[in-house]
Amino acid sequence: MHNNPILRISTKILFAPIILFGLYVQFHGDFGPGGGFQAGVIVASAFILYSLVFGIEAGKKLFPPNFNLILLAFGGILYGGVGIVSMILGDEFLAYNILGSSPQSGQHIGILLVEFGVGLTVSNVMIALFNAFASYDKIKEK
Amino acid sequence: MISELLINAFLVTIMLSIAIALIKTRTVIFTVILTSAYSLVAALMFITLDAVDVAFTEASVGAGISTILFLAAMAYLPKKEEESISSEFIPAFSCIILGGILIWCSFDLPEIGQLTAPIHQHIAPEYIRGSKEDIGIPNIVTSVLASYRGYDTFGETIVVFTAGVAVLALLEKKNSAKKNKSQPKQKIRKNA
Repeated sequence: MHNNPILRISTKILFAPIILFGLYVQFHGDFGPGGGFQAGVIVASAFILYSLVFGIEAGKKLFPPNFNLILLAFGGILYGGVGIVSMILGDEFLAYNILGSSPQSGQHIGILLVEFGVGLTVSNVMIALFNAFASYDKIKEK
Repeated sequence: MISELLINAFLVTIMLSIAIALIKTRTVIFTVILTSAYSLVAALMFITLDAVDVAFTEASVGAGISTILFLAAMAYLPKKEEESISSEFIPAFSCIILGGILIWCSFDLPEIGQLTAPIHQHIAPEYIRGSKEDIGIPNIVTSVLASYRGYDTFGETIVVFTAGVAVLALLEKKNSAKKNKSQPKQKIRKNA
């Protein structure tokens, strides 16, 4: 696939809009359909498309595996962390009301952060899984 | 009403034909593609039920990313599934019995969209009434998912995380063997 100009150029054109759409789904989840799970998958698909067309090594150069693993864990920590912070501020675990000046703004901040955590974990798990499967091949041959 | 019925009948026909094709096919790549198509039709089905969020998830996760992951994993499978030698009578029989029981039970279910159904009496009215005031965002699905049911979503996230880490741990064994490739072959085998 590396030498097919149509694939290479269309991937380069599509990459940014896919990420943009992922971010839209991520942060527009409060107002329309969408949220962390869907957005994470969409963002992951952009990176997987890149890896498919330009090769797994180029994909790993674009998005280093170490960074990938850190973000993978960070999503869950962010979700739990929001709960812990709301506990420290004097409310129950994952009660967002206390996070903002008014209950509604607290809920807004809480939901935004929590959804972002979900998105991070989902997208990075998908990318990590794809990388693991795709690099497994070469190891097996040796 | 009649148009809805027609659309549903159309989608169910497509789903059924995909399901039958899935049973019949022995080529792995066709199985993966048909599963993806099945998910896409299921997403359309969710749209007719006005469940846009679920449809979105089904289309992106079921039809999109899981197909890619299946294709990535498929490379390690033989191209064709082996013909099964055991008898197909008992599985088919138990499937028909179970399906019959499920269809029989479905007659007792309340109609779709009926307001007096138990599911619409329990806690859902609270969420629908409270979402605007308590949470202040228009999408009730998000407010239930992230706020009212925040624990459950936390659990889901941890499940995704754990599944990812488990698969990585399984495949990583071979990766550590790869790093020692300068060493003689026997040593690699020992490590693996």
